[in-house]
Amino acid sequence: MHTLPQQLANGLFLGSMYGLIAIGYTMVYGIVQLINFAHGEIFMTGAFGALAVYTNLPSSMSIWAALPLMLVGGAIVSVLIAVGAERFAYRPLRNAPRLAPLITAIGLSLALQQAVFNWYPHATAGKHFPQLPGGPFHIGSVDVQSGDLFLLGAAIVCMIALGVFVRSSRTGRAMQATAQDPDTAKLMGVDTNRIIIIAFAIGGLFAAVAGVAYGLKYGQVKYDIGFQAGLKAFTAAVLGGIGNIYGAMLGGLVLGIAEACATAYIANVPGMEQFGGGAWAQVWAFVLLIVVLLVRPQGLLGERVADRA
Amino acid sequence: MTTTIPQQPTPADAAAGGTLLQARGVIMRFGGLTAVRNVDLTVNSGEIVGLIGPNGAGKTTFFNCLTGLYVPTEGTVSYRGTVLPPKPHLVTKAGIARTFQNIRLFANMTVLENVLVGRHTRTREGLFSAIVRGPGFHKAERASRERAMELLAFTGLADKAEHLARNLPYGEQRKLEIARALASEPGLLLLDEPTAGMNPQETRATEELVFAIRDQGIAVLVIEHDMRFIFNLCDRVAVLVQGEKLVEGTSEVVQNDERVIAAYLGEPFEGAPADEDGTPAATADDASTTSEQENDR
Repeated sequence: MHTLPQQLANGLFLGSMYGLIAIGYTMVYGIVQLINFAHGEIFMTGAFGALAVYTNLPSSMSIWAALPLMLVGGAIVSVLIAVGAERFAYRPLRNAPRLAPLITAIGLSLALQQAVFNWYPHATAGKHFPQLPGGPFHIGSVDVQSGDLFLLGAAIVCMIALGVFVRSSRTGRAMQATAQDPDTAKLMGVDTNRIIIIAFAIGGLFAAVAGVAYGLKYGQVKYDIGFQAGLKAFTAAVLGGIGNIYGAMLGGLVLGIAEACATAYIANVPGMEQFGGGAWAQVWAFVLLIVVLLVRPQGLLGERVADRA
Repeated sequence: MTTTIPQQPTPADAAAGGTLLQARGVIMRFGGLTAVRNVDLTVNSGEIVGLIGPNGAGKTTFFNCLTGLYVPTEGTVSYRGTVLPPKPHLVTKAGIARTFQNIRLFANMTVLENVLVGRHTRTREGLFSAIVRGPGFHKAERASRERAMELLAFTGLADKAEHLARNLPYGEQRKLEIARALASEPGLLLLDEPTAGMNPQETRATEELVFAIRDQGIAVLVIEHDMRFIFNLCDRVAVLVQGEKLVEGTSEVVQNDERVIAAYLGEPFEGAPADEDGTPAATADDASTTSEQENDR
């Protein structure tokens, strides 16, 4: 259980989830320079959207048949909330000082959390989330849950699709253009409002996938899961270089693996015995962030601010 | 009715020999500052029109009004007889493209990608087709790339298509801005100081390029400080001073107009102190132009 490959695998799965959520932070930041602190809650509502779909399906339905419907349900909820937030909360503040939308995002985050807490039936405690059958699988010395496999697969598919979309589609090019210089992009005929909506929608979509994966992995969802997952994903985005989609995924993986390894191995270091274990995992994650930012302020893959001048 | 050129329905303006752009009574105020005062300007198809004036005269502000970047406080801008919406991307779609005084390329994209962004309004692609990437997607993408390469060849940048825009030398960045603007298939091209910072050879080459663009049936409105460039190039020149249109006419008319010379060089000295001679003359001129424009309105 405490073998290195096992810890790397754990980190990989955790990191895939961070990475999926981090995409939402980084895309929105890249295009409108806004840290959408409500994004963690968009992830959480995606999980609850999927759960709501599941509870309304006939109980005879197999989880494999239900899973696509849950994904669609979660995605609809997350994308609607993300796009709605952009349209009604952030767009009116587009030209306001940078702090105004930031505070709005924090407010929105609390509002969404409380909305789920109060209105989702019995969401005050953890809600049971369906599990994928099968597993654990033994791959060499590594134990893998089926939920983990879903998570990894989803992350890979999403990242490849996003990479192709951004690099070689007309809309993707317009996105890059808008990120570099919105005013010029407008004058070249790009409807930047539409591009911004698409960025929020993609972020919401990926967050919903991550939300479903979270539920499948941990077996329960709670109204406040968005806070910590969101904070970690934001960290991952900064770690990888905020504004850079590949950086978000890399940052997620590095953070996940660092966290898993720190949990398992720090206690083995002489004199550090009391700093190991899950309780200190968060601390080590942020220590890593601080160290990386000291050495490379622009993040691992770097999207230097000067580049967008 | 075999080979008529597909013309936009422009009831009144069609008679005027194909008026492309018509700005009427454009006023742009920023708080207490009036940057553009009641400017009228017309560009007909096939024309090269110059817009000159001392620094701070409001030329670029006026350009921004034309392209929807600013919404004029008063007045209208119409293109082919239709009033333009105050949304830059819709202005581009209608057929007006521009370049910038300070180069504003997408520095981290390749030369080709910059031009492809310029083609944005002339290509269609849904989210769905981008994901599915069917034959239609590849066909549209290929056509777009071919057209972009043609434009790069036209501006002499074909061999640099894969370079990052920020790595181009200055003169070529200016050319790339023009190629990117042309990619939106405009009927009117606005050039904001296209030769700023260029050496004489480069300026000459830009001149050739502007003539070549006009020969493709694209009208050009150009802001420039290089007078030789302007007077060589333009069919008509308008002079903007302190936000107002002082004179408009052919190169000869503008070149010989005393008010223009005064605006650039100050009033001629006819003994000291110059102020007493200069000030009343300038005021009189201002008054006359203002009243003319008011009559027009």
